[in-house]
Amino acid sequence: MPAEIENINPNVYGKRKEREVTANEEDENVPDPFDTREIFDLIRNINDPEHPLTLEELHVVQEDLIDVNDGKNEINIKFTPTIPHCSMATLIGLSIRVKLLRSLPPRFKVNVEITPGTHSSENAVNKQLADKERIAAALENKHLADVINQCISSKV
Amino acid sequence: MGKLALEHTLQGHKGRIWGVSWHPKGNAFASCGEDKTIRIWSLSGSTWTTKTILSDGHKRTIREISWSPCGQYLTSASFDGTTAIWSKTSGEFECIATLEGHENEVKSVSWSHSGSLLATCSRDKSVWIWELAGDDEFDCAAVLNSHTQDVKRVVWHPKKEILASASYDNTIKMYAENAADNDWYSTATLESHTSTVWSIDFDADGERLVSCSDDKTLKIWRAYPPGNEEGIFTPDNETVWKCVCTISGEHSRVIYDVSWCKKTGLIATACGDDAIRIFKEDANSQKNEPTFSMITSEDKAHLQDVNAVKWNPSQEGQLISCSDDGTIKLWKFIE
Repeated sequence: MPAEIENINPNVYGKRKEREVTANEEDENVPDPFDTREIFDLIRNINDPEHPLTLEELHVVQEDLIDVNDGKNEINIKFTPTIPHCSMATLIGLSIRVKLLRSLPPRFKVNVEITPGTHSSENAVNKQLADKERIAAALENKHLADVINQCISSKV
Repeated sequence: MGKLALEHTLQGHKGRIWGVSWHPKGNAFASCGEDKTIRIWSLSGSTWTTKTILSDGHKRTIREISWSPCGQYLTSASFDGTTAIWSKTSGEFECIATLEGHENEVKSVSWSHSGSLLATCSRDKSVWIWELAGDDEFDCAAVLNSHTQDVKRVVWHPKKEILASASYDNTIKMYAENAADNDWYSTATLESHTSTVWSIDFDADGERLVSCSDDKTLKIWRAYPPGNEEGIFTPDNETVWKCVCTISGEHSRVIYDVSWCKKTGLIATACGDDAIRIFKEDANSQKNEPTFSMITSEDKAHLQDVNAVKWNPSQEGQLISCSDDGTIKLWKFIE
């Protein structure tokens, strides 16, 4: 590994097309459970803290790494840091968590974890992201809250 | 089997409620949360109402409140790094002291059984012991840096000046004062949980401790003092705490709080799966290998995570809980 640990030249991938709205989805009488695409749409435009790119464009989040169980109120998300030593991993995970916290009904239990084997401090980061007390305290820190808000504010 | 009958659902706080604490007489309680206020509730007629709102003590979330054994003082631990002492001696509650020293969030505060000592803990990994020096004065008696991570909870022994702390480092530690030099030190480390220990509580005699964790288990620990009849070796003449029972498979998410009823011996848990569960020791339970059974699981006790449960210290079977859903609930356990 080179001495500088941050990823200067990340791989950039294409963006998905907008979701096509089906007739059933427009029909108010048809139940419309949350699905992976809906969750993906909520988080794919989160900005990377280091690059002027979205988490989707960096393949940090991918639809097939999202698992939704609407009936059980459970959402599991795996995210993949661009490099195994990425010091921004916790911040990215926090941004995903906060974005979903603000977007989804409170009945959902959201788990945000690093894709297994893709980060050197996987367990430590996962433990932090699962600790709601630490997250609550972090969000009361104005500086950190500003950084997160910047990540999750969509560019127009 | 038994069941939990819902007696009251109380609203008032804005947002997540982190803690509830019974007044020692059991006829009032306090609550706190992310709205940075403390509410004191008591029964008027057949309903519980807020009697007092203390809103000028803290700048950030209030994580836990705790009554002194005499019921005259209330303390609050806050993410703003301070611990406030509230006194009712002049009739109205007022803040008489603010304890400063922790570097960041204070997570828990607890009074010793005699009311002469106070303990606090923080994400700064330290546990502080404070001594009541004068009327409204508190001196720092010790700063204990035994944990390697965030300390989540401190709880005093119900009869002795022994302190227990639970941590993000997956361990529980015990502390006592050295009679020779009056220095506080860690006497034991309780290792067995595989993730954060969120809460702990002693039984009525203080011979056992229950702990709950992010690893979704409950553990029961027993004290083996020097010269114990089981012949368990006690290095350095210190009491050894052994895990004598692990309850797994009952909770589906992190367990945030546990309360061991001093009157009935029942154990209640507050879980991140929105449920409250009650455990009872089996009739044929053995001293060194006790067994417990879940006798009630109130699956949708709250609409979101249950953050705290506390048994009423004087009213048998009455349980209080609070949640991320912004409500406090009072329950009656019926066997």
